[in-house]
This record gives sequence, structure tokens and C-alpha cells, in this order.
Amino acid sequence: MSERTQDVVWSVASFLLIILAWDLVVRVFKIAPYLVPAPMLVLDTIVQDWRTLGVHTLWTTGAILAGFLAAALVAIPLAMLIVVSPLLRRLLYPPMVATQAIPKIALAPLFIVWFGFGLVPKIAVAFLIAFFPIVIDTIVGLRSIDPNMVQLARSMGAPPHRIFLKLRLPNALPMIFGGLKVASALAVVGALTGEFVGSDKGLGYVLVQASGNLNTALLFATLVILSVVAMAFFYAVEVIERILIPWHVSQRAHPS
Amino acid sequence: MSAVQLASATDIADAGNAFIRVETLSKTFETRDGAPTLAVDNVELNIGGSEFVSLLGPSGCGKSTLLSLIAGLIQPSSGRVRIEGRPVTAPYTNIGIVFQNDLLLDWRTVLGNVLVQFEMRGQDPRPHLGRARALIASVGLGNFETKYPWELSGGMRQRVSICRALIHDPPLLLMDEPFGALDALTREQLQVDLQRIWQSSRKTVVFVTHSIGEAVFLSDRVVVMTPRPGKIRQVLRIDLPRPRGVEVRNGEPFAANVRHINHLFQEMGVIK
Repeated sequence: MSERTQDVVWSVASFLLIILAWDLVVRVFKIAPYLVPAPMLVLDTIVQDWRTLGVHTLWTTGAILAGFLAAALVAIPLAMLIVVSPLLRRLLYPPMVATQAIPKIALAPLFIVWFGFGLVPKIAVAFLIAFFPIVIDTIVGLRSIDPNMVQLARSMGAPPHRIFLKLRLPNALPMIFGGLKVASALAVVGALTGEFVGSDKGLGYVLVQASGNLNTALLFATLVILSVVAMAFFYAVEVIERILIPWHVSQRAHPS
Repeated sequence: MSAVQLASATDIADAGNAFIRVETLSKTFETRDGAPTLAVDNVELNIGGSEFVSLLGPSGCGKSTLLSLIAGLIQPSSGRVRIEGRPVTAPYTNIGIVFQNDLLLDWRTVLGNVLVQFEMRGQDPRPHLGRARALIASVGLGNFETKYPWELSGGMRQRVSICRALIHDPPLLLMDEPFGALDALTREQLQVDLQRIWQSSRKTVVFVTHSIGEAVFLSDRVVVMTPRPGKIRQVLRIDLPRPRGVEVRNGEPFAANVRHINHLFQEMGVIK
């Protein structure tokens, strides 16, 4: 069995074990379903409500994806500008850090006022919260090149743009992906927060409704779906990472 | 006649047309607390074509700074460097440089790392593929050209970095403690290999090291430098016959030179 299939088998096994323990605890201690529903009940809820849950899931996933992509598309070029130009660094860096001092979750109510109850305020919160780790990690990555490497390239007559594209950028990719992975988890938090504050769609809305109705099974069902979405998202970033930087130490086979 | 032969820093054959002329060169750095530090102090040095010269001195004596000045990677505070008669005012590109850190790119194979020399120059590397393969094979890495740097040992990595410095066949090779991070055995092997490469290609080599034995073993002339600020303390001509094998180290002429330099370092308070 290859190492990767072994990894998959073990993760499936560990999940099954957790579900089994969950079921056992609920049965043995006779925990009321409105506190902790049994796994089968949660699964039942998902199956029965799959049509509505599916729509809400799509809605939330859209907000996460849009916020995350917007963050990556703005943050990475911005970080490049900050690294390349001292003027832009002085101009952009302080206000950027200042915006991070505001708890971004606290901005959600303001965004509702500005953008209404649609998808936009959710994307905005996801964007803001995912943005910072990508910028910071990209800056650190682009800067963490051996100064002698740059000297060597200069002795080869390489102009700055070539040094940037052929040395700095590939050298920074592992750090950039570190930032993207952190951001992928944070974007989920951002989108959900937006939905908590004001929404009539999305998994965040379902959570608030289910909580109000003491529908714990639906709460659990939504949590399960959310975890699956977040995990799928995280692994999607990781797959792209593996394709783009198979050479990095974090991607090599671990010694057994 | 003593085995130790003192030599001049500047008085070499055809000194006026020396390959490298270092003229009253000084370099001052601004330090963090604002106080200027003199790193290289009024150095005069001529290096002939095809000559192997070592700059030998304690850590922080400015020998690496001197090398960077010769390469045009930093500009002097006063004085000047000429290579083939022309003043060096910008990074000198007809050159190969090897640093202590091999500086291989993790995302490129051995072959790709050697060919990066051409890509950095904006040239198509494909016409040089055959020569790159031959060069890699000549340093004993024939079966490794598709390997990645992390799959190689420290000595193999440094061999690749030497290939990268040689592939465009520059007349001048600058080496900044290239074997400093290697274990003793690998180091001796690479010294022998470097001597072979130098003898067959007859490039001018400026070699920075803090190892007395290494400098004596490899060089035509050893330039002994003082602790900071870096000045030339003394220049020795090493007249041991070539090719020098490892057994040269056991002979009296080799030992006499090492003893002499050791004594110089004791005088300067580098070794107490």
C-alpha cells in the first residue's frame, strides 16, 4: 500500500472511531437528543433536509471562495509592491497594519448597513480576515532570500525583474502557501460571521435558526457540513501547493 | 634557501598589465550605531592571469569584502579595481563566483542549477546542454544531473555550484570560503579537484579562506591579511611543484609555510 493510501485509510479510520465513541457516549449516558443527538440522527437530518441544506451550503461556499480569492488576488500583488518599492512600503504598510487592529468581525454590522443582506457583506468580512496572513507571509517569503544569492545573480548580469521572477518569487512560494492555508480557514470564519449578523441564507443563518428552535440535530448537521466544506477547501489549497512546489521540504515524503 | 619565500603584493611579472589590479583600495561601512568601520584599508594587489591567489585571514578581516569589491558587487570608498585594464564600477559579469553556501535553487535539478547561469544572463540555455552535462560528469556527478539539491550531500552540492560558476567559461573565478562548511575529508577531496580544474582551465582564481593549510596547498601566492581593518600583512609565494597531491602536506616545505603563517597570526594576536 502506498504511503498516500495509507494516510487516507488512517484518516477514515480515525473519523469512524470518533463517530463510534460519540455514539457510545450518547447511548451509555443517555444524553437527551436536544443536547447531543446521536450520529445517526444527525445523518438523518442531513439526508432529509439535503435540498435546503445544499442551497445554503452553496451560498456559504460561494461567499468563502469569493472572499478568499479576492484576498489572494489583492494581497499577493500588494505584498510584491511593498517588497519592491520602499516608497510604497512606507505608504501602504502602516495603514494596512492599522486596519488589522480593528477586530474584523466587529465590522460585519457596518457592512450590513453598507451592502445590505446579500452576499457582498459576507464576502467583505471573509476578504478582510483572510487578507492579512497572505500579505504578511508573502512579504516575509519574498524577503527571505539569501543576500549572497542576489549578489550571485547580479554577477550573472541579471536585472532586478529577472531576479524577482526567477529567484525571489519561487523562493517565496512555500511561505505564500502557508499564508493561503491560514487564510483558507479564516475565510470560513469570516463568511459565517457575516451570515450570523444579518442573513436569510447560508449555513450561518441555518445555525442561528436551529439554535433559536433548539433543533440540535440540525445544528450538528450544519456543523458537520461546515467542517467538510472547510476541510475540502484547505485540502484544495494543499493540492495546488503540492503541484506547484513539489520540491519544498514540507512536500517531500516523510522518513518513516 | 628557506622553504618560505616572501613575495610582493604588487611586483609580479608584467605588473602594469596584471589581470587584476587593486589600487589603494579602501572600504568603509556605516554600522548600525552610525560609527563608520574600516573594513579594507589601503590594499594594493596585483594578480596575474591564470594565477591562483588566496586571501588568508581571520573572520571579519575584510577578505570577503575585498572579494566583493573585486567582483564589483560593492563599490569602494576610495581607490579602484581594474580587471583587464578596465575599472570595475558595476557588477563584473565575466566571472564565476562560488560562496560558502552553495546557493543552489531547491526547485531546480542539478542540470537546471548549472544552466541558471545562462538564464540569469537572459540567454537560451539549450545550446549549452551538452557542455553542462559533460562538466557535471567531469566533477563526478554524471548520474545525478536530474537529482534535486536536497538529494545530494554537502560536497556534491558544492561541486554543482562550482559547475555553475564554470559553465560559461569565465576567465576569472572568485571563491569565498567555498569549502568552509564541508567536513575535513570532503574538503581535501574538493581541494584536489579544484586544483585539477584550475590546472586544466588555467583560470585566474581568487580564493578567500581562513584555513592556512588550504591556502598553502592551493595557491601560487598567499596574501596574509591583518584583523580588521583588513590590510595586507605579508605575501608568500608557494613554489611547491604541481600537481600537488595530498602527500604534499606531509613534506617539510608545506609545513614550513604553515608554520610561518601560524607565527604571523600569533604576532598579530589572532592566535594566542
